[in-house]
Amino acid sequence: MSTTPLIHLDAAQVRQARSLAKRAGAPVVKIAKNHTTVSVERATLRLAGLTGADHEGQPWVNHLVDAVRGQVGLEHGVTTPVYDALRRGVAPDLLTLAQQSASGSVSFRLPEGGRELATTQRTARAQVARGIRAIDAQRAARDRLIRRHGNPKQTPWIYLIVATGDIDEDIPQAQAAAREGADVIAVIRSTGQSLLDFVPEGATHEGFAGTYATQENFRLMRAALDETSREVGRYVRLTNYASGLCMPEIATLAGLERLDMMLNDSMYGILFRDINPIRTFVDQRFSRQIHARAGIIINTGEDNYLTTADAVDAAHTVTVSQLLNEYFAKEAGLADWQLGLGHAFEINPEVPESFRLELAHALLARTLFPDAPLKWMPPTKHMTGDVFRGYLLDGFFNLAGTMTGQGILLVGMMTEAVVTPFLSDRDLALQNVRYVLDAAGGLREDFHPPRDGFIQTRARHVLGEAVDLLDRITTDGLLNAIADGTFGLMKRPADHGKGLEGVVTKAPGYDNPAVTLLETGATR
Amino acid sequence: MTNRKHLRDTPRKLTPQIVRPYGDTTGDGMIQVSFTLPLPHDKRAEGAALQLAKKMGMDPALVVHAKPIGPDFTFFVVYGSSNHLVDLGQVHVQEREFPLLSPKEVSLAIKRGLRRRLVVVGACIGTDAHTVGIDAILNIKGFAGEKGLEYYSEITVVNLGAQVLVPDLVAKARAAKADAVLVSQVVTQKDAHIHNVSQMTAAFREAYPAGKVPLLVAGGPRFEEGSADRLGVDRIFGRGTTPSEVASYLVHAVVPPATPSRKKAS
Repeated sequence: MSTTPLIHLDAAQVRQARSLAKRAGAPVVKIAKNHTTVSVERATLRLAGLTGADHEGQPWVNHLVDAVRGQVGLEHGVTTPVYDALRRGVAPDLLTLAQQSASGSVSFRLPEGGRELATTQRTARAQVARGIRAIDAQRAARDRLIRRHGNPKQTPWIYLIVATGDIDEDIPQAQAAAREGADVIAVIRSTGQSLLDFVPEGATHEGFAGTYATQENFRLMRAALDETSREVGRYVRLTNYASGLCMPEIATLAGLERLDMMLNDSMYGILFRDINPIRTFVDQRFSRQIHARAGIIINTGEDNYLTTADAVDAAHTVTVSQLLNEYFAKEAGLADWQLGLGHAFEINPEVPESFRLELAHALLARTLFPDAPLKWMPPTKHMTGDVFRGYLLDGFFNLAGTMTGQGILLVGMMTEAVVTPFLSDRDLALQNVRYVLDAAGGLREDFHPPRDGFIQTRARHVLGEAVDLLDRITTDGLLNAIADGTFGLMKRPADHGKGLEGVVTKAPGYDNPAVTLLETGATR
Repeated sequence: MTNRKHLRDTPRKLTPQIVRPYGDTTGDGMIQVSFTLPLPHDKRAEGAALQLAKKMGMDPALVVHAKPIGPDFTFFVVYGSSNHLVDLGQVHVQEREFPLLSPKEVSLAIKRGLRRRLVVVGACIGTDAHTVGIDAILNIKGFAGEKGLEYYSEITVVNLGAQVLVPDLVAKARAAKADAVLVSQVVTQKDAHIHNVSQMTAAFREAYPAGKVPLLVAGGPRFEEGSADRLGVDRIFGRGTTPSEVASYLVHAVVPPATPSRKKAS
């Protein structure tokens, strides 16, 4: 994606911004490494092959992790007591063990050490490694299908949302959207799934404003899009959401079922779902390690800041968040091509020169992250219900997207904030995108904003503000900055928020074979 | 077309009692609609669109645009004259039932009438994460050039933010001794906003003794005007509500008048 940058940034200032982001993020990574969570442990059991739920829908991974936690704690990781119990012959397999533990008939213990411990941990690693190899196989399958069917012919890739609540309705809608030109299909999750501390099981048919993320729903939709990919002659990508209290498990299921992109922001859950900051950073690091391994492109959520704060005044908070997301992502092993850093077209259209300001902000992101497939989000805040004006605004959004070389374009709907999009809204929206890309797809070549002009000056100004803010964050500490309402004007102290009770400090003997395999790249 | 004469004869300065939509001439009744029919695009589909337009009261109607959306659907834009009349005598809207006060007047009224600060607890409840509405009313930054309630010297604001669970909201409201509870609901799919607000009001009525329930106010772009009673709240605020309207209402509803002599007969 690298071409000659359209704007000039001071290389020393860019270096400074990155080193400040690293200084702000490093203490948080350290905290993440020192803790585990119930969801990280459950994800590990899922890799070892434990699936399914009891008749009330409570997953077996939850039962088993809760039972282990109740008896010996999670400080040493869940796999050691679990595989110790299996080694002792308490149950013939993982599923039976989970079922027995649910009825309280298993007593767990921590092996004393020495050979007993080493054997247990070796067995655990061998089992978890099978899940990791399944993820590796899905990545290879994706590469093969992309070679066979090809990537989209144009950039930006066209990203469309489907959200009916019923997977059986979602599938034909997603297939229709792909036939109409969508390159990426996102299945929005049911409102409120982020606050569930378990992953629902099976194919689901009711959700609010979206469809539950489940392993079976993932599998069904991926299979349907594989069929459509063959039909349309390009690999249609599938997106879901690795966020909320089950982020590590959903990332794992996405890897196992070959999803291609996942929404995965480092701070979104903290700010917008009031999830505990420590829980979020621990879960996020594990899920990003999975995404890195699975070849999944992450999409970050900076667009959300601009829906609560003013898009001009808060432009630099987007840049700061992008830099932090980049740091956390790379620390977790993601490559540049996997960073769909987010930003959005949310400046009030009443502001004079709003389009030039949008171009400046979009070019700043493009220039700062030349090799990342930036995720360009459409207007929502200033969609007033006047659908005609909204359609024009979306046209300008599309134009800014192509002029500034964005990688992934989420198609804006003129009925944003009015109704769930009609079939015709989606069709009109795609016509809008197609018109702009056909009419002005090559405009970037002729577009050279002058070095001391409005756009370049504004971009450098925002970068300067971002550096100042990063400087303050490194002085205060990132967790304090989050507590003080620096991002999206929301105040989230580190000792509050949902899911805090699921955070556990690791003991010196902590063992998690998934983390070991992810960090070393080993397959066995 | 018979109505045109009546309208033309109406003196300009007066609002007529009967109105029709305005295209480019008074009384022409012109409107435009767009819709999709689950039919493949052909002559029959266009005929079907015309039939629908006529049944909606558009006569004459003109299909100006028809476009297939995939093999099974067709999108239409139809222009035509609506033969319905609007009788303004039959239009009922909710007028503001309280005087609009400036922040200074609000503070003064609270000082005199309540003799302590007025406590407001606000939240987005249930699964709703859209704090835009509640923040516009509560945050000092405000909305539409007006400062939010945090700016008012005599109002204490506790903004709980997004996705607050109802039991938590009740507990926080009790702990803060809230005079008023403001909840914002933006997400409306499957009537989530109505469900959440009803659940909230029920919880408050259960937790507080009768007559002691704080003032319950719901806000959001999709609440129906006049549905406050049905939802069990004291007041609903819709799209475009500004902080001073909310503050003025709180004074009207919570603060007793300062002295009996100032009490208005109305």
